[in-house]
Amino acid sequence: MEQFLQQIASGLANGAIYACVALALVMIYVSTDHINFAQGEMAMFSTYLSWQLMTWGLSFWAAFILAVALSFVMGVVIERLILRPLHSAPVLSIIVVFIGLLAIFNSVAGAIWSYLIKEYPSPFPKSSFGIAGVIGPHQLGVVLVTLIVLGLLFVFFRYTPLGLAMRAAAQNPQMARLVGVRVDWMLALGWGLASSIGAVAGIMVAHIVYLDPNMMAGILLYAFASALVGGISNPAGAVAGGFIVGVLENMVAYAGNQIEKATGIYIIGNGEKLTVALIIVIFVLTVRPAGLFGRVVVKRV
Amino acid sequence: MAALLEVSGLKAFYGQTQSLYDVGFDIPTGGITTLLGANGAGKTTTLRAICNMVRTDGTIRFDGKNIRGMATEEIVRQRIAHVPEGRGTFTTLTVDENLRIAAYTRRDKQGVKDELDRVFAYFPRLKERIQQQAGTLSGGEQQMLAIARALMLKPRLMLLDEPSFGLAPLIVQEIFRILRRINEEEKVSILLVEQNAALALDLATHAYVLETGKVVMSGPSDVVKNDENVRKSYLGY
Amino acid sequence: MASTSKKWVLGIVVLAFVVPLLKPIFPDAISDYRLFLVSTMIIASIAVLGLNLLTGFNGQFSLGHGAFYAVGAYTAAVLMDQLNVPYWATIPAAAIVCFIVGYLFGLPALKLEGHYLALATFALALAVPQILKYKWLEGLTGGVQGIVLMKPEVPFGLPLTEDQWLYYFCLVVMVILFWAAANMLNSRSGRAMMAIRDQYMAADTMGIDTALYKTVTFGISAAYTGIAGALSASAIAFVAPDSFNIFLSIKFLIGLVVGGIGSLTGSVIGGIFYVLVDNSAQALSQFVKNDLGLPFDLSAYTVFGVLLIAIIYLMPMGIAGGLFMAWRKIRGAR
Repeated sequence: MEQFLQQIASGLANGAIYACVALALVMIYVSTDHINFAQGEMAMFSTYLSWQLMTWGLSFWAAFILAVALSFVMGVVIERLILRPLHSAPVLSIIVVFIGLLAIFNSVAGAIWSYLIKEYPSPFPKSSFGIAGVIGPHQLGVVLVTLIVLGLLFVFFRYTPLGLAMRAAAQNPQMARLVGVRVDWMLALGWGLASSIGAVAGIMVAHIVYLDPNMMAGILLYAFASALVGGISNPAGAVAGGFIVGVLENMVAYAGNQIEKATGIYIIGNGEKLTVALIIVIFVLTVRPAGLFGRVVVKRV
Repeated sequence: MAALLEVSGLKAFYGQTQSLYDVGFDIPTGGITTLLGANGAGKTTTLRAICNMVRTDGTIRFDGKNIRGMATEEIVRQRIAHVPEGRGTFTTLTVDENLRIAAYTRRDKQGVKDELDRVFAYFPRLKERIQQQAGTLSGGEQQMLAIARALMLKPRLMLLDEPSFGLAPLIVQEIFRILRRINEEEKVSILLVEQNAALALDLATHAYVLETGKVVMSGPSDVVKNDENVRKSYLGY
Repeated sequence: MASTSKKWVLGIVVLAFVVPLLKPIFPDAISDYRLFLVSTMIIASIAVLGLNLLTGFNGQFSLGHGAFYAVGAYTAAVLMDQLNVPYWATIPAAAIVCFIVGYLFGLPALKLEGHYLALATFALALAVPQILKYKWLEGLTGGVQGIVLMKPEVPFGLPLTEDQWLYYFCLVVMVILFWAAANMLNSRSGRAMMAIRDQYMAADTMGIDTALYKTVTFGISAAYTGIAGALSASAIAFVAPDSFNIFLSIKFLIGLVVGGIGSLTGSVIGGIFYVLVDNSAQALSQFVKNDLGLPFDLSAYTVFGVLLIAIIYLMPMGIAGGLFMAWRKIRGAR
């Protein structure tokens, strides 16, 4: 039973990470219809930035905040410089550019910081955090931090004029222009925010998966699965999808272990988690493209 | 009376196809002007051209200043409000958000609140539905919301594209009454594109008739109304 | 025009067959290492051709062709390792297996357009290494360790080195595959494939069974790339899961984009190109470190990434297409 609870708790902690990356993907998708294949590598790069800042003597949280801010700038610059000129290019061109970005971020991180795996600290005190036997201090911290970030985003989009303008620009760019919204800048801001959210996810997960240029590859796949489960154009769904996928992957592996224990037959375990994500991706794409929650738009004509 | 909007030699293109040829007209300050014409004559395109939503050539002067080629959002910030055809609302946003979006650059909270109250005075129905998603409103209410949102921009010129489209006659009458009030009380000049020529000519002070991308006739609406050809082609008697 | 280009192709093929025979005369210029390098370029060209058949000629995207390459390589490796099948017989076997796998993947892909197909195949590419490590298959695949194989031996006592023989073997396979592809594209079916790419709706109304064509094209494309994988297993004499990661698929993409989307010759250029960059990366990195004195380990992927973006901006037809256009301009100016 204790093990079961542990699995759920760690599933939620992983899920929080997936939720962040999925949300970043969805933010870019709803406003530009692009799937950012470089999202994971951008988050990885942000995480290295924070690591670099810490080695220069900054405290964890100072490095965290600065890295998130730098990531925001990075996102805005990429949108303005690289993607804006291609806004009416064919889909294949956009995909190729994303793959190019992925390769650049990955290899440049490797070039600057090497491909050697690095330890990454946890900012959460071991003594006072966590619930013994259920959730570790870092896991609890991850869940809290991501929930705070998601809460801030919710408030931003729901209650501030700028957030409202961004939502309007995403929903109907043409009409948003007609009410004076500078849509191009809204898209760039969306990129900046997505990049920042990715940074939070990367920094939070680095203690668990260790820091290396390929750290986000698997997480990106889970994030795709999460975004699809929640409906790729639904931010709240993406967050829920993240937690669902996080718990689900642990449950599948847990069930596999139990079966192996009981019968001695190995069917599925920790080694197949990515495959589970792949199956979710393909299943949702082909069977339920709108995601688990669909998209609830009440329309009357 | 000086012209608020002066359009001359206006050409418009969708990709390679040209859909306006040398369109020219003036909109007097404070007046209501209507563009008449059959389907495909270029009425909607003319409105879209004013807001730089299609590729254009020619001159468009607003208040003496050339605005052709400015970005749509900058033209809107010159206080030209465009109510597009087909109930231009953000369907997933609430009525309140739809209205506030038009004031998002403004920092004075009290000013925005006063503005909302002023707009609700014209459209009390919207106030009752303030937290509803725009997509759940009836067609007439969505059209009212689109006009109300345009009003939130404190426009000097309002471009209206087929406000009567698909609405019941009673609702249309209500909307047109409100438009007249807005024109008189808020001193908003209006450029109206309308299929329903009789209705438009009743409201407007000036009229232009477009045919296949060119202005073929113009004048005070009373004169245009009594023109033989207009009567046959657009008024149906 | 068509006949001159045919002559060119024939000339190059003849040259490709003759030159390695001069090895005894120019032992330094035609080294075993260089022949091996050219063999890997040939393999790369076939893999890129596979992707090009799908993307360039049929309009379906794939960011996951590394998966089919892996299936081809593992099919060949397992057959050689477990059943002692001769290396040459693994090629048709890999083709069949990959055709089936590709066809099956093509079924759900039918429902996916543009970004979504890219997403599904990208996910596939990310998951491949882990799938290859699956515990049930460990007995066959060797798990993380992979499978060590023997290099193909020179048959009939021919007076060739192993690398020379490997080169000829790859070359023959390549010539056959490119000849088959050219013929297929020139046939009715080929035109149907391209009709689907250009005008999905029109192809449907023309009475082309788009679903069938798309899935079969997926299968053929996978088979081509799978054959390349099988050849690579023989050539490198080793397969291991982690060499089939997302970056393998990215290499095929760079080959496709550099060579030109929808160009047979472009596939060859693209294949040669990515192998060249991959192999000069070390020298490049040395140059940056020692000669420029910068503390960076530059990798081939920085070059790939920058090129991918630059080509989209500057030469949307690919380097081969771009050069061809430039050449036509020069000729036109004369």
